[in-house]
Amino acid sequence: MRGAWLLRLATVGGTVLILELLCRVGIIAGFTMIPPSQMATGLFQLLVSGTLLPDLKTTLSGVAIAVAAAILIGFLTGALLHAVPRLRRTLDPFFASYYAVPVWAFYPLCIVLFGLNDVPKVIIGFLYAVVAMIVNTLNGLDRVPPVLRKLARTHQMSRGATVLLIILPSAAPHIFTGVKLAIAYAFIGVVGSEFILANAGIGYQISFAYNNFDNVILYSLILFIIVFVSAINLFLYSWERAILQRRGGR
Amino acid sequence: MSTIADRLWRRWIGVIDTVLLVGFFILAWQILYEIAGAVALSPPIATIRYAIALLGSADFWPNVFLTFRAFGIALVISIGGGLALGLLLGLNRLLGEAYEPVLVAFYTVPKVAFYPVILLFFGIGVAAEVAFGVIHGVVPVVIFTMNAVATIKPVLLKMSRSLGLSRWQLMTTVVMPAALPEIFTGFRVGFSLTLVGTLLSEMFGSRAGLGYMLMQAIGLNSVRLIMSLTLLIVVFAVIANGLLLLVDKRLHHRA
Amino acid sequence: MTAEASEAQVVLQNVTRVYARGATRPVHAIGPLDLDISKGEFFSVVGPSGCGKSTLLEVIAGLAEASGGSVAFEGTPTGGKVPEGIGVVFQEDSTLAWLTVWDNIAFGLRRRGVAAAEIKRRVDDVLRLMGLRDFARAYPAQLSGGMRQRVCIARTLVLQPRLILLDEPFGALDQQTRLLMGDEVLRLWRETGATVFLITHALDEAAMLSDRVGVMSARPGRFLEIVKTGWPRERDSRIAAHEEFGRLTSRLWSLLRDESMKALGYPTAAA
Repeated sequence: MRGAWLLRLATVGGTVLILELLCRVGIIAGFTMIPPSQMATGLFQLLVSGTLLPDLKTTLSGVAIAVAAAILIGFLTGALLHAVPRLRRTLDPFFASYYAVPVWAFYPLCIVLFGLNDVPKVIIGFLYAVVAMIVNTLNGLDRVPPVLRKLARTHQMSRGATVLLIILPSAAPHIFTGVKLAIAYAFIGVVGSEFILANAGIGYQISFAYNNFDNVILYSLILFIIVFVSAINLFLYSWERAILQRRGGR
Repeated sequence: MSTIADRLWRRWIGVIDTVLLVGFFILAWQILYEIAGAVALSPPIATIRYAIALLGSADFWPNVFLTFRAFGIALVISIGGGLALGLLLGLNRLLGEAYEPVLVAFYTVPKVAFYPVILLFFGIGVAAEVAFGVIHGVVPVVIFTMNAVATIKPVLLKMSRSLGLSRWQLMTTVVMPAALPEIFTGFRVGFSLTLVGTLLSEMFGSRAGLGYMLMQAIGLNSVRLIMSLTLLIVVFAVIANGLLLLVDKRLHHRA
Repeated sequence: MTAEASEAQVVLQNVTRVYARGATRPVHAIGPLDLDISKGEFFSVVGPSGCGKSTLLEVIAGLAEASGGSVAFEGTPTGGKVPEGIGVVFQEDSTLAWLTVWDNIAFGLRRRGVAAAEIKRRVDDVLRLMGLRDFARAYPAQLSGGMRQRVCIARTLVLQPRLILLDEPFGALDQQTRLLMGDEVLRLWRETGATVFLITHALDEAAMLSDRVGVMSARPGRFLEIVKTGWPRERDSRIAAHEEFGRLTSRLWSLLRDESMKALGYPTAAA
């Protein structure tokens, strides 16, 4: 276990160091990539000066809306489908192939329908995230041990009480996985769309910086995304671990 | 009482339901068109007709060829490289434990963030498209292969040791067949994601290919073109994935 | 007959249960069978696998409806609901993974709206009765299989049921633990005065613990015979040394041997 951490650290750290060296020495030209240390300071500058703020707000609010919608609609759809097995069976292959379809193929369509504003990217973020939530909700509901439903009946529990106190807590770990994936996918959907075509947001700023040969801003923003997404993932992952420790993976 | 009618019903109800679902979807599409108008949407039949016309048009196929050339190369690299890396990480416990979180983290970062980096390193062209396709597709192949190998039932390995198999025999007659279903699922997901990556890269900054055609259609403000292209891409993706899914299921059933 | 009938807590008359499994041919699980269980009795059921023992338990509990015949608990017909006064301990682990042992045990009481102070008193009592006090704050995932089953038993006991149904509760445990758990069940049976209906595949367990043992045939399950053990109320696993125990166990096996072979698909002498 210790060895794994060391190896990971060594690889990541080593790569960063090598990149730093290659950039400083000039083997990697400045117009291709800037040294990691400059990326860090550049990012720091951006954050401190506050220039990043409006785009950050656009992106994050877009992600937040997409996530909220995906979680709510995804969960309700999953619960509904679970209650109507015939409909679910028909839709199952559709869900299995869903992520094979390039969701961004619909982006141009959304722009034509809604204009070049915040709406299309939120829709793409939503479309990308919602099926992960549906599938995981279905998974979680599937895995509620049948004995627990019988248990609820021996306690004369009403349908509502059974759902709230037994089924949902039992399915919670899978539903949480759905939430995690929904967040990741919504982020990918929104930032990706901003990159393709938008007029604001982190993705847009990356594209803008690239087109204007501004490598410092470009790499600072890329670093920002990597750090930000990793931080969120780490948080969600450790939260999930804490829950699973107590429950023992059931 | 299981009558012949009962049995027929059970066999075909799945197909009937799917046909009903597709029909319902097309109906909803038509209704949406009636509401939104020709400015916003193109109705189902017109879209399909236009798509078929596209299939016969002169400048469609060169673009398709370019897309699939990049896709094909990216696919070979994703699957080959992913398989090798996945086997390595799966068979070596330390490496696997060390790098799995890194892979998972990489999977969730929006790869579009790396696109400028790829462009800067490879320049505009096929190489960049292939690179983008690979970074999308290689990760699921590695993850699935890793898991497939790591979760081979230990009793199988113990059994082969007791049979005195050589390392090579072990790999080819026990490890690969046992891990094949999961590895294939990795290929299937890798196939789809590589396609997504290739198309995506064409949408940003290419001057040819299906993705580029799609972005051009925005400029031309041609809803019909956008929807027909999207339809063709979606149909292809679904059919390809569907075929792979059939093989996937067959493999899993055998296991 | 009338004197016994007035003591009978559970009455099954001509009960059958048939259910459709998926879209295939319906399964005739049990019956027709009759059964009277007296108040405060310890009744076990043994039989070959697949004979319908669990189905019988579910019909008595009200978890499943009888397809034919009548089921009554304390004089009232049992429909599709589980009557209050019946407690069930299932074969599978039914602890609630997200609650502590204490909250698991308190679960049923909370559903009934019992006052918090009363809940605390009863849960603490049961914890003490079953020796689980040290584990009150633990989560089921941290306990062994046997402990988890005891939590399920505690959760049932705390509701003070008049009839306790146990479906192979010690199925997954090793022999030594089973014997100890058997003693514990006997102790709880005596202290609570409840009626106990136990399903087990272990003939020695049935012979040792019960007042009567119902021997079920292969599917569709019917009672081949109901054997009286005649043990005194104050008993524990040490009666295994009694010579009557050996006779009882071989009687049960001689009844079951042919049925078990049938269930496994072997041709039998009778067939």
